[in-house]
Amino acid sequence: MAAGTIAVVDYGMGNLRSVWQALVHVAGGREVAVTADPAVVAGAERVVFPGQGAMPDCMRELDARGLRPAVLAAAREKPFLGICIGEQMLFEHSAEGDVAGLGVFAGEVRRFPAERMVDATGRRLKVPHMGWNEVRQARPHALWQGIPDGARFYFVHSYYVDPADRACVAGTTEYGIPFTSAVARDNIFAIQCHPEKSAQAGLALLENFIRWKP
Amino acid sequence: MGLAKRIIPCLDVTAGRVVKGTNFVDLRDAGDPVEIARRYDEQGADEVTFLDITASSDQRDIILHIVEACAAQVFIPLTVGGGVRTVADVRRLLNAGADKVSMNTAAVQNPDLVAEASAKVGNQCIVVAIDAKQTAPGQWQVFTHGGRNNTGLDAIDWARRVQALGAGEILLTSMDRDGTKNGFDLALTRAVADAVDIPVIASGGVGNLRHLADGVSEGHADAVLAASIFHFGEYTVREAKEYMRERGIEVRL
Repeated sequence: MAAGTIAVVDYGMGNLRSVWQALVHVAGGREVAVTADPAVVAGAERVVFPGQGAMPDCMRELDARGLRPAVLAAAREKPFLGICIGEQMLFEHSAEGDVAGLGVFAGEVRRFPAERMVDATGRRLKVPHMGWNEVRQARPHALWQGIPDGARFYFVHSYYVDPADRACVAGTTEYGIPFTSAVARDNIFAIQCHPEKSAQAGLALLENFIRWKP
Repeated sequence: MGLAKRIIPCLDVTAGRVVKGTNFVDLRDAGDPVEIARRYDEQGADEVTFLDITASSDQRDIILHIVEACAAQVFIPLTVGGGVRTVADVRRLLNAGADKVSMNTAAVQNPDLVAEASAKVGNQCIVVAIDAKQTAPGQWQVFTHGGRNNTGLDAIDWARRVQALGAGEILLTSMDRDGTKNGFDLALTRAVADAVDIPVIASGGVGNLRHLADGVSEGHADAVLAASIFHFGEYTVREAKEYMRERGIEVRL
């Protein structure tokens, strides 16, 4: 395995082709490896931790493949990007299936509260939150470089993270309620939306991640 | 500000080629679905849908190559429908790079397929396409085979049922309006959109930009799908979005 590899952690939940394709598109010829091998994750220069499906299934499959220690180590020591469920799994606990997460960030993963899901005109908002919404940058960050504040990204989710420590909030979005759509701390950046499906804004974020020196 | 309403250009593809072609002035190959998808991405399309209408089964796998090529170049969501009959079909399309797979006749014939596919790949990947025709005032029934077969299912009941089975989205086409350029069936769109909690994409009948905006404001659609008004260069996706924004609709621009 070449130095400078970007590892995309594959724990068997869903299709990682889109994430891989988008990373390859901005990686400037560097190796992007979709891998279920803890050794490849451990040897990578930077790690992308995606996710789709239900969080209890994701946690189970992560452990079934023995990937938890490698993911936790990566989150401690190298540039680390969580995407969608991969963001949610970094938290302590999820209301989805009442399951424990990895506890890298303190806080809960909550479901959009049905009773508060109405827009400004009183129309009911649908859950999942699916489509293009604005991400307000809560603070400057290397991964926001060149991306306008309030740029729209593509979301598909019914749950969102609620960090206990607000200092880690890097981005917020409104959908019925304001929610945290990106978190960051030290070498970790994690985002609820799908940068790999978010056209120019998403590709810019992935390219920023590949260049990031936290 | 909040979630944008989506504009989705749709391409009919057969044996790897766009059926009606397009007349973008400067396309190298007007029949290449990947090049057209890329053009729509540049115009600001929020998603692209490929409908595979390949009749011959030995040419079915061509769509997989198209999807692979598209996913390598176009970084917006891609929905693929047409000829999807089994969970294996769903998986093949997702593995090739589709983000969502749309099923229509197969869902009617075997509703368990919706549940099974949704349980396997997640409901965010499963779109159920409903082709509906008005059969009485305020009543629509589900048709298959391009509007030839009446299933006898009430469209609103069927929409609720597929939501319960695990559909993540509904692509609703009015067979009365499809191809007419007279606008969406707004009463149908609204009846279905108000009956379910999952997003509804309005389809069938778009002839101008007002129709698109009406689909959202009158029809309560979460997204609007159109083919010919974009393919033949009458309007760009960007023009459509600018018009919708003037009408007070949130769009990604």
